[in-house]
Amino acid sequence: MANVSGYSVRIRGKYLFTVKPSSCLLVFFLTLLAVFMALPIVYLTVTAFKPIDELYLFPPTFFTRRPSLSNFKSLLNSLNVSDVPFLRYAFNSFLVTVLNVLGAVIVCSLGAFGMVKQRPFGSSFLFSVIIAALMFPAAVTQIPNYLIVKSFGMLESYASLIVPKIAVAFNFFLMKQFMEQIPDTYLEAARLDGAGELKIYWKIIMPMMKPAWATLIVFSFISNWNDYLSPLLYITNSPELKTLPLAVQMIAGGTGAAAITTAGAVAAATFCMTVPVIAVYLIMQRNVLNTMAYSGIK
Amino acid sequence: MIILVKKRQKAEFGYRNNKVGYLCMAPFLILFFLFTILPVLISVVLSFTDYDMLSLPHFTGFQNYSYMFLEDDVFLIALKNTMLFAVIVGPVTYIMSFMMAWLICRLRKLRDFFSLAFYAPSICSGVAISTIWLYFFSPDAYGFINNFLMNLGLISTPIRWTLDTRYVFGVVMFISIWMGMGTSFLTFIAGFQGLSEELFEAAKIDGIRFAAQELVYITLPQMKPQLLFGAINSIVAAFGAFDICVSVAGLPSVDYAAHTLVCHLYDYAFIRFEMGYASAAAVVLFLITFVVGKIVRKVLASE
Repeated sequence: MANVSGYSVRIRGKYLFTVKPSSCLLVFFLTLLAVFMALPIVYLTVTAFKPIDELYLFPPTFFTRRPSLSNFKSLLNSLNVSDVPFLRYAFNSFLVTVLNVLGAVIVCSLGAFGMVKQRPFGSSFLFSVIIAALMFPAAVTQIPNYLIVKSFGMLESYASLIVPKIAVAFNFFLMKQFMEQIPDTYLEAARLDGAGELKIYWKIIMPMMKPAWATLIVFSFISNWNDYLSPLLYITNSPELKTLPLAVQMIAGGTGAAAITTAGAVAAATFCMTVPVIAVYLIMQRNVLNTMAYSGIK
Repeated sequence: MIILVKKRQKAEFGYRNNKVGYLCMAPFLILFFLFTILPVLISVVLSFTDYDMLSLPHFTGFQNYSYMFLEDDVFLIALKNTMLFAVIVGPVTYIMSFMMAWLICRLRKLRDFFSLAFYAPSICSGVAISTIWLYFFSPDAYGFINNFLMNLGLISTPIRWTLDTRYVFGVVMFISIWMGMGTSFLTFIAGFQGLSEELFEAAKIDGIRFAAQELVYITLPQMKPQLLFGAINSIVAAFGAFDICVSVAGLPSVDYAAHTLVCHLYDYAFIRFEMGYASAAAVVLFLITFVVGKIVRKVLASE
């Protein structure tokens, strides 16, 4: 498909269309935008490694001349901010997020398997309810959720940060959409060979759903890792159970504050918060971006 | 005869196993009912009461709603701000993420790099990254933006970005737009990859020449499922604006300039513990989101 007047554009090796060398212009334009998008993240990284004296410079400098780890050290020793060590917040965030992600992957994929591959009576109605629930802002359910969590006696516990957030309509929707791409013939073959339904789910469906649950891991990890409202509401009297978003805000000195004195520690804390999400995304990126390509069995 | 045909259709429709199906769905459905469906119902019921967590709720009819719309000026500010936020941030992030995905998909080698660059802001925590943005929008001369503008000679005294009622909500919206290219962006990228190439070849034979023509006649119609999904995401995110508002402007913000419906709801529910009234605000938010979502679904489905 070579073209004389320009380059053939391919997406995943598939020929799409032809563009003139103006694509250089496109790359230039995108680079400018990418720089703008990345600016605060770059600044955050740079500031995290800034020694304290450079933070006080006027006019403020963007880049650092002598990178140091002093901010991370003071973060680890930030006992003057609270009685809880920073690592405990990191551990809390990690524990809550991992359990949430695991729960969401299992519960949602199993549910989608039940709905799509077993087709029980009433599943189309249930699915329409779940579709409608995609349009519920989380804040709407927050008050009753608080009351429900309270009545279960889960306030001030890890459970309050995990149990309510496993069955999210969005996650189920994602799994269901991809489950539908898997042809029933695989399941029929397995049934003829005498495999039980649970075995089919675990041995056939889950491996084929890898791109889908990889995507779910990314989304679920991001939303739980960054969740601010749940710990803000459910964990009020137990500082040792708080998670990183609250810790960062506490280190920053409350809301709406931007004090120079804490800039280094805030940047270091935010840096520690941002690295894991970006890492998870990078590890899963291929899967996330290729989900459609994999599931394009039709 | 009819019964026979129906039976055959049922057999062709596929495998059906009620017991296994319900068992598999049970964990999801139980949690989903407890923490999504039941809360919506409870919200509606509570919104007609004066529940304050201390005494038992009393039925008060439409009193919460009438107070909200007729006497609560802060609610009206919050409503206005939320609408403004939804009208600006929702469409801007939606269109931007679509355009970015469209542009990025024309690249071969740098695609993953640019995807990360545009997606990275939305995977950061809103609370954490807002504190970083505050150093840019710092209301004194230490702020990068003030410093930059003063160096250019455009302003002589620092602009009080987060403390000035004229600017603070703009700052919140700016950061929200910057962070907003999240799930929809990825959905669009995935959608672009799933497009059928035959249609593009056929279109070329039929005389479509420009990329813009392709976009309107070939790409958009094929992307309908992703477009709809992205739109719903943008709407829900826009109407749920909260954490960036609180992190940037505080709660309450200066003269309630950055007060959104969720801020109002949070204020009444978890600071004043007037759960009944806050539930009424939640129901209003729910209705608005739901109606707008329905309209968008109608519009996107009919095109």
